[in-house]
Amino acid sequence: MTSQTTLSSEARENVKDEAFDVAPNWKLVWWRFKKHRLALVSAFVLFGIILIALFPDFFSIQDPNKSSARESFMPPQGISFFHDGSFQVHVKPLKGKRNPTTLKMEWGVDKKRILPLRFFTSGYEYEVFGLFKTDLHLFGIEKPSARNSFHLLGTDRLGRDQWSRLMHGTRVSLSIGLVAVGLSIFLGILLGGISGYYGGWPDLVIQRLIEILQSLPPIPIWMALTAALPRDWTVEQTYFAITLILSLLGWTTLGREVRGRFLSLREEDFVMAAKLSGCSQSRIIFRHMLPTFTSHIIATSTLAIPVMIINETFLSFLGLGLRPPAISWGVLLQEAQNLQSIALAPWLLLPGLAVIFTVLALNILGDGLRDAADPYS
Amino acid sequence: MTNQPLLEVRDLQTVFELDEGTVKAVDGVSFDVYPGRVLGIVGESGCGKSVTIKSVLRLIEEPGRIANGAIRFRSKILGNSSAEMVDLVQLPAKSAQLRALRGNEIALIPQEPMAAFSPVHTIGNQLMEVIQLHQPVSNEEAKKIAVNRLKEVGVPNPEGAMDRYSWELSGGLRQRAMIGMALTCDPLLLIADEPTTAIDVTTQAQVLSLLRKLQQEHQTSIIFITHDLGVIAQLADDVVVMYLGKVMESGPVDQIFHNPQHPYTRALLRSIPTVHTKNRSRLPTISGSIPHPFQKRSGCPFVARCQEALPQQKCANQAPVLKAINEHQSVSCFLHQGGGNVS
Amino acid sequence: MSVESTQSKLTANTPMPPERLLDVKQLKKYFPIRKGFFKSVVGQVRSVDGVTFHLNQGETLGLVGESGCGKTTTSRCLLRAINPTSGEIRYRQADGQLVDVTKLASDELRPLRREMQMIFQDPFASLNPRMNLLDLVGEPLLVNGVANRKERSDRVADLLRLVGLRPEYMRRFPHAFSGGQRQRIVIARALALNPRLVVADEPVSALDVSVQAQVLNLLLDLQEQLKLTYLFVAHDLSVVRHISDRVAVMYVGRIVEMSPTDELFLAPKHPYTAALLSAVPVADPRIRSKMQPLEGDVPSPSNPPSGCHFHPRCPFATELCRQQAPDLEEVQPNHFVACHRQAELSLLGVSEPT
Ligand SMILES: Nc1ncnc2c1ncn2[C@@H]1O[C@H](COP(=O)(O)OP(=O)(O)OP(=O)(O)O)[C@@H](O)[C@H]1O
Ligand SMILES: Nc1ncnc2c1ncn2[C@@H]1O[C@H](COP(=O)(O)OP(=O)(O)O)[C@@H](O)[C@H]1O
Ligand code: SF4
Ligand code: SF4
Ligand SMILES: [Mg+2]
Ligand SMILES: [Mg+2]
Repeated sequence: MTSQTTLSSEARENVKDEAFDVAPNWKLVWWRFKKHRLALVSAFVLFGIILIALFPDFFSIQDPNKSSARESFMPPQGISFFHDGSFQVHVKPLKGKRNPTTLKMEWGVDKKRILPLRFFTSGYEYEVFGLFKTDLHLFGIEKPSARNSFHLLGTDRLGRDQWSRLMHGTRVSLSIGLVAVGLSIFLGILLGGISGYYGGWPDLVIQRLIEILQSLPPIPIWMALTAALPRDWTVEQTYFAITLILSLLGWTTLGREVRGRFLSLREEDFVMAAKLSGCSQSRIIFRHMLPTFTSHIIATSTLAIPVMIINETFLSFLGLGLRPPAISWGVLLQEAQNLQSIALAPWLLLPGLAVIFTVLALNILGDGLRDAADPYS
Repeated sequence: MTNQPLLEVRDLQTVFELDEGTVKAVDGVSFDVYPGRVLGIVGESGCGKSVTIKSVLRLIEEPGRIANGAIRFRSKILGNSSAEMVDLVQLPAKSAQLRALRGNEIALIPQEPMAAFSPVHTIGNQLMEVIQLHQPVSNEEAKKIAVNRLKEVGVPNPEGAMDRYSWELSGGLRQRAMIGMALTCDPLLLIADEPTTAIDVTTQAQVLSLLRKLQQEHQTSIIFITHDLGVIAQLADDVVVMYLGKVMESGPVDQIFHNPQHPYTRALLRSIPTVHTKNRSRLPTISGSIPHPFQKRSGCPFVARCQEALPQQKCANQAPVLKAINEHQSVSCFLHQGGGNVS
Repeated sequence: MSVESTQSKLTANTPMPPERLLDVKQLKKYFPIRKGFFKSVVGQVRSVDGVTFHLNQGETLGLVGESGCGKTTTSRCLLRAINPTSGEIRYRQADGQLVDVTKLASDELRPLRREMQMIFQDPFASLNPRMNLLDLVGEPLLVNGVANRKERSDRVADLLRLVGLRPEYMRRFPHAFSGGQRQRIVIARALALNPRLVVADEPVSALDVSVQAQVLNLLLDLQEQLKLTYLFVAHDLSVVRHISDRVAVMYVGRIVEMSPTDELFLAPKHPYTAALLSAVPVADPRIRSKMQPLEGDVPSPSNPPSGCHFHPRCPFATELCRQQAPDLEEVQPNHFVACHRQAELSLLGVSEPT
C-alpha cells in the first residue's frame, strides 16, 4: 500500500519534471517572469497604453485639434456613479461665468442637470489606419454642445479637450520611443556585432566611434541638432528627424553590450563545438550566438524606451523637438510652461503623470525581463 | 582519543528557502573534532560540505538559515572554564563574541584565496592589519611577526613578498600567504575548504606537506574539506563521508579506507581511478547520478544507486540514522541497524 | 634558445608508417601579448613551443601536464580550432591520402572535420542551452547534408542509445540533465559523423567522482566498438593511467617524455615525470608518502627559463641544462625523453598494480 502511494507520487513528479525538461528557453523565461508580480501588472498597463497609441481616436472624446475660445481653461470633470440613489454613470455639466473684475471665466458645477455617460457612443468621424471610417468611441456623452460639454481632464488655453490630446500625444510619444529604440537596436546589433564577431580594424574604428559618441554631452548636442532642423519642415519630417537624432546618439550602449556578448560568446565552448561540427558562419551567428542574448536585448531595449520618451518630452518641452500642431507629451507639457498657467489651470500638468506612469511601467517591466532573461544563471 | 572534543556538531540542519522550494543543504550532520587532530570531510560536489562549515562559522546568509542542531565549541575566550562548551548556534548572528571567535580561535582558508585578499592592499599590509587587530603591537613588531609567518609557510623572500599584491602571486604562493594569514593568531581550529582544488598536483603537494608540518608543530585542529579521497588519505586522522547533506559514515581514516562499512563509501573507493592499476582497465562504477537537491526524497538518500539496498522497499521508505557500530565508527545504513540480515 | 636543436630524430622527413594516423612535428603556437593604446605587440606567450608526437590508429594517447602547460592549445591546433603559428600536422585520411592540416584553407577543412571531433571539458558550456537533444546531436548531421528529418532523428536515437541515454529524451533540453549525462550528450554529438579521431580535452575533470568512472568506461567501450583513436588530454594522472595506451607528459609548451603507459608510470625517465607521479596523493592512509614536493612554481610560458625549462626546479640540473635545451630522443623503443641526464638517473615511479 505504502509502496503504491510512493510509486504514484513519484510518477506524478516525473510528469511534472517532463514539462520543465522539454521547456524551450522562452518558456523558462516566461515562468520566471510570471513570478514577478509588479512586472506582470506593468505589462498589462503597457498593453493598455499601446492600445491607446494604436487607436487614439477611439479613446478620445473630441477632435484633439478642435478649439473653442469660449471653453478655455475648463477644469476636469469628475465622473460620478450614483444619481438619486440609483446607479448611473454620469458627469455634471459646468457653467461658466465671467468675473466682472478680472474678466476671467470662472467655472462652476451646474447642480441641476446631469449628463449621462455612454459607452461605445458615436462621436466625431475618424479613419482607422486609412482603412475605413468610423465614429465609434469608447465613451462620451450624447450630443455634446456648448452648454453640455464633457472634458474629463479639462481644456487648455484654446479650449481643446486635454483628454483627447493626451490620447493622441501617447501615440506620438510612445511611437517615437519605440521607433528610436528599434533603430538603435538595429544599429547596435549591426555595428556591435561586426565589432565583436570580426574584431580587427572594424572593431577599432567602431570602438573609437562609440567612445567619441559617448563622450559628447548629450543635452547640448540634441539641442544643437534639433535646433538646426529647418523651421518649415512638416510635422512628419520633424518627427522622423527627431527619431533619427535620438537613435543615432542612443545606440552606443547597446552596441557595446552586443560587442561584449559576441566577444565572450566567440570563446564559448558550444560556439567552438558548432564550428568544429562544420556549421557555416551565418548558422553560428544566427542559430547559436544571437539567440543566447535576444532576451537580454529585449530587456535592455525595454529599459531604453523610457529614456527615449523622456528625451523627446524634454526636447519638445523646450520647444526644440516637435512643435504644434503636432501633439506629443512634451508639446502638451509646453502648455504648462509658465507659472501663470500652472496657477490658473494646474490640470495642464496631468500629461506629466502619463509620462511618469509609462516610464515607471517600462522600467519595472524591463527589470522583470532582465531578471527572467537568464534562466541558466 | 581520551581527551574531550574541541568541537561537537550535533544534528545540524541548514536549509535554503528558495522560490523553487526548500533545499535541505545540510540535513542532520553530527561529528566531533578533537584537539590536535585533522578531520577530513569528503563528499561529491553539492553534498553540503561548504554549507556545513559555513554553519560552523555562522556565515550562512539569507535565504539560508540554521534550522536545527547544536555547534558546541570549547572556547578559551568565551567559556568560563575549560570544561564548558559554548553553543555557537545560540549566539546572535552579528555578535562581538562570534567575531572574536572567528578571528582568534577559528580561522578559515577559503577555496579561492584570490577572493579573500583585497586587491588594493599589499599582502604585508593585510597581514599586519590582522595581527594588530588581535595583538596590541607596534607597526615594527607586527611587520616582524608577519615576515616570520611568511617564512614559516615557505614563501621565498618573505620581505619582498610583503610588498606584493595578491594578484601578483602564483596560485601556490597565494595559498601559502592565506595559510600564513589564517595562522597569525594561533587558532585552536583551522578550517580549510578545498584549499587545493584550484591548484596543480605539484603545488598541491607543497601545500599539503606544509599543512602537515604546521599541524604537527602547532598541534592545531583542522577541518579539511575535499572531494579527493587521495588527499584525505594523506592528511586526515578522522573522516566524515557525506552524501546529499547527510553523514553516511564517519570514523578513523584507516577504518574508512580499509574497513569501510557503508555501501556508498565502499562504492566510492572502488570507483575512483588510481595510478596503481593496469592501463586500459575498466572501473567498477556507481550507477546513476546524484539526485537534484530539490527532488523530494524519502528513505535512504543513496537508495537509487545502492547495490546493497534491502528488499521490501525498506531503504526506500525509511531513512536510516547515523549510529555507532563500534567505539570509533558510525554508519547510517540499515545493513548495520538490524534492519535486515546482511547477506 | 635554440629552437632548431629541439628538432628530434622523430621529425626527420620520413614517410609515415602505415599504422600512423597522425604525425605532429614541431608544432608551435605563440599568442601575441598586446599592450597600450595602439595595441602593439610587446611579447609572446609560447603556449606550444615545438611539440612533436604521433598517434597510431585505434590507440589512446594521454597528454598530461599541469594547467597552463599548453595541452588545450595543442589539442585545438590539431583540429584547427585555432591556427598554429608553425609546424606540421600530417593526417592520414580515410581514403589513405596524407594531408598537412596546417596548410589547408578553411573550405578544405570541412570534409576533414567529419573525421576529427572534439569533446570539451565543461559539459555545461559545450552544449547550447537553447537546443534540445535532437537539434544538438543532429546538428552535425544537418550541416553535413542529412536533411531528412526522419533519417536524422533515427540516427540521433541510435547515437543516444550508443552512449547510454534513452532515445525518449530527444525532446529534452540540456538543463534537464546532470553533468555526467551531459557529457554523454557531448560524446553522442561528437560521434554523429563517424569520426576516426576524437580529441577529448579533460572530458571527466568537471564531473563528480562517482560519475567519472562511468564516462571513462563508456569511452573505452566506444573505442573498441567504433575503432576510434583518442587524444586524451588530462591533468589527472590516475585518469590517464586508466585510459591510455601511451602517455605524453608536457611541461611549459614542450613534451618532456612520451612512452607506453605502464613504462611511464613504473619507470619514468624524466625528473619532471617522476616528480609529478610522486605528487599524486595515494588513496591509502597506510602509504603516507614521503611526499617530497617540487620546489617553486610552474614558469610562465611568456617568459620561460633558458635551456631545459625544468632546470630551476630540477634536483639534477647542471650547467648544461641551464644553457641548452635537451632534444626529445627515443632512448628505448617507443620511449622518448627530453633530458640531458636521463641515462645516468634512476628514478622512482609508482608501485606495481596490486
Ligand atoms: N546560497 C545558497 N542558496 C541556495 N542554495 C545553496 C546556497 N549555498 C549552497 N546551496 C545548496 O546547498 C547544497 C550544498 O552546497 P555546498 O556548497 O555545501 O556543497 P559542497 O559540498 O561544498 O560542494 P562543492 O564540492 O561543489 O564545493 C547544494 O545543493 C547547493 O545548491
Ligand atoms: N587565446 C590566448 N591568448 C593568450 N594566451 C593564451 C590563449 N590561450 C591560451 N593561452 C596561454 O597559453 C598557455 C597554455 O594554455 P592551455 O593550452 O590552455 O593550457 P592547458 O590546457 O595545458 O591548461 C597558458 O599560459 C595560457 O594562458
Ligand atoms: S540504507 Fe539501504 S539503500 Fe541506504 S546505503 Fe544502506 S543498504 Fe543502501
Ligand atoms: S635536462 Fe637537466 S634540468 Fe632538465 S630535466 Fe634533465 S636533468 Fe633536469
Ligand atoms: Mg564547496
Ligand atoms: Mg586546458
